[in-house]
Amino acid sequence: MEDLSFQHRVRARADGTRRSALVGVVASGNLEVLVERVLPDEQCAVEIRTAAVGFGEVWTAVIDDFVERFSPGGLKFSINDGGARPDTVSLRLAQAVRLIAEKGR
Amino acid sequence: MTLDDILASLFPDGHQIGNDGGVIAGAATLRSGGRMLVIGVADRTALGVDEAIILSGHVLESIDRDAGPILVLVDSDSQRMSKRDELLGLNEFLAHLAKVLIHADMHGRPTIGLLYGHSAAGALLATGLATRVLVGLPGAEPAVMDLPSMAKVTKLSIEALDEKAKSTPVFAPGLSNLEQMGAVHMIWSDAAPLAGQLEALLADLPTARDQRDALGKERCGRPKAADIAERVRDLALQIP
Amino acid sequence: MTALLKDIVPAERARSTSFNEASARTRLELLLDAGSFVEFIGPEQREISPHLKIFDLPEQYDDGIVVGHGHLDGAPVFVAAQEGRFMGGAFGEVHGAKLTGLLRAAREIGSIPVVILFDTGGVRLQEANAGELAIAEIMRAVMEARSAGVKVIGLIGGRSGCYGGGGLIAGCCSALAVSEPGRIAVSGPEVIETNRGVEEFDSRDRAMVWRTMGGQHRRLLGAADVFADDTVQDFREAALELIGLIGAFDLDRLKAEQVRLAERLRRFGACGDAIDIWTAEGIAHAETVPELPADQFIALANKIGRTSRDAR
Repeated sequence: MEDLSFQHRVRARADGTRRSALVGVVASGNLEVLVERVLPDEQCAVEIRTAAVGFGEVWTAVIDDFVERFSPGGLKFSINDGGARPDTVSLRLAQAVRLIAEKGR
Repeated sequence: MTLDDILASLFPDGHQIGNDGGVIAGAATLRSGGRMLVIGVADRTALGVDEAIILSGHVLESIDRDAGPILVLVDSDSQRMSKRDELLGLNEFLAHLAKVLIHADMHGRPTIGLLYGHSAAGALLATGLATRVLVGLPGAEPAVMDLPSMAKVTKLSIEALDEKAKSTPVFAPGLSNLEQMGAVHMIWSDAAPLAGQLEALLADLPTARDQRDALGKERCGRPKAADIAERVRDLALQIP
Repeated sequence: MTALLKDIVPAERARSTSFNEASARTRLELLLDAGSFVEFIGPEQREISPHLKIFDLPEQYDDGIVVGHGHLDGAPVFVAAQEGRFMGGAFGEVHGAKLTGLLRAAREIGSIPVVILFDTGGVRLQEANAGELAIAEIMRAVMEARSAGVKVIGLIGGRSGCYGGGGLIAGCCSALAVSEPGRIAVSGPEVIETNRGVEEFDSRDRAMVWRTMGGQHRRLLGAADVFADDTVQDFREAALELIGLIGAFDLDRLKAEQVRLAERLRRFGACGDAIDIWTAEGIAHAETVPELPADQFIALANKIGRTSRDAR
């Protein structure tokens, strides 16, 4: 297992008022993303625990791209990864941002 | 100790307990004068639908007819692995055996399990783990899953598993691991008469409330189970 | 009762969502009345397994089970849903303890049913002793709850089925609903084959595995009381039906169960395959049963009429 951690400054606060949301399942080729609205508006953090060791550069690129596209200000993403492909990771991150913006708690 | 040795040591004044094809059934008189129903599985027999229905039948007959504690002797294989047993609904037969034992225990017939040989998986759940108090004898070798099967599924060598087992009681077979987990209440001595140890246990029986998770926490075998269960219980009780 | 607009959309979603393919969370979201679910010890609490890191395995924040409270047609229920894709939905220390706590609360309250969405291969090997014990404690907790008047219902239709100790817990429930993809057994197909050989059990003979352990056979045998089509809406309706049907639990039920199981053994103990059992039950062309669409199968099963109605 490998632990990775990323912090970003972003231009805008993420939509919505929900405090937390969860997408995905931990399994081979899959991941879960827990997103929590716990940071200042201009900050974003991504904490990853992954079963696929040695892919730090790929994660960096995926996270950079995600943060640039979605500007998820105020959100902390905590990931348990079972070895998902980069496009699956991107999908889950996008789903998480959308879910925490939905009406609800 | 053989089954005959164990029965003779438990009931030195005699007993009426038989072993019919691995199914133990009968009764004995305790030193105190009361009677004790004795059932179980012997000779490392697999527990299938045919054996389970006989055992549950004995317990139900006894619930109507007798009083006193019930002893469940365990030296079984795992559940019987066969197409026929699964076809006929083995899960219901094993659950039913556990249910009648639990019901008896909740209604004035305290159940004591005595693990003296092997047992595994579904057979253990339906017998020893369905009693109020599970006691072990030295030399008993319970297993949830045997190491070779675990090695196959986890794709680790048996040596690697043995190494990991040194630092945790959570997965490897063995009586002391189950004791640390809270499943086995105590391990009796095979150097002293079993009758006296049984008498001492009956005189000081735990209450019918399932305290195995608390025991597992106390013995550092299960650090989280008791607390998690209590937290969920508390949260659920707060729902208006 | 007129349906409000906000209720129609979730029901339509429930009707068009495969129970088998949905996640545990989606199953609960669509099974329960919209927006009624409150989770106990949710993923943000991060109560993960303390044992998986020894095996260098990833954890899941809810340890593979979602427990909480919600409403079914306005009436309160406790629910637990296993995530069959995380470690095969297997019981570990934390996973099991969440269900144990839920059942103990239900016992104390007495009037709120518990609906368990099983999706499990049984004990989690990496935590074998803790998982086995958790199952034993759950079985005890189910029986104590039932003795206090609680209805405990099992829904079985997930990808991991309901195997091992999960099958024993299911056998302790007041009643079960099962779908065609669901399976209930103690030993898994591969384990039987490894132990007894392919002649005894060919784990790759999918049709035989389903005839022996699958939802249709379990319904016809009376091992499950209601058969549901593979949608969350059908399972919702099955749960409601079962809650309405279940009676009190007492010693008479156990005696009736002894009779029911002994009779099953007597009638079908010499049958070599499920086809033989179904034929003995009076089903013509029993080999065509697996092809029946759900509504026709349900009608057939109800005609045969085996349930655990006064037993179990």
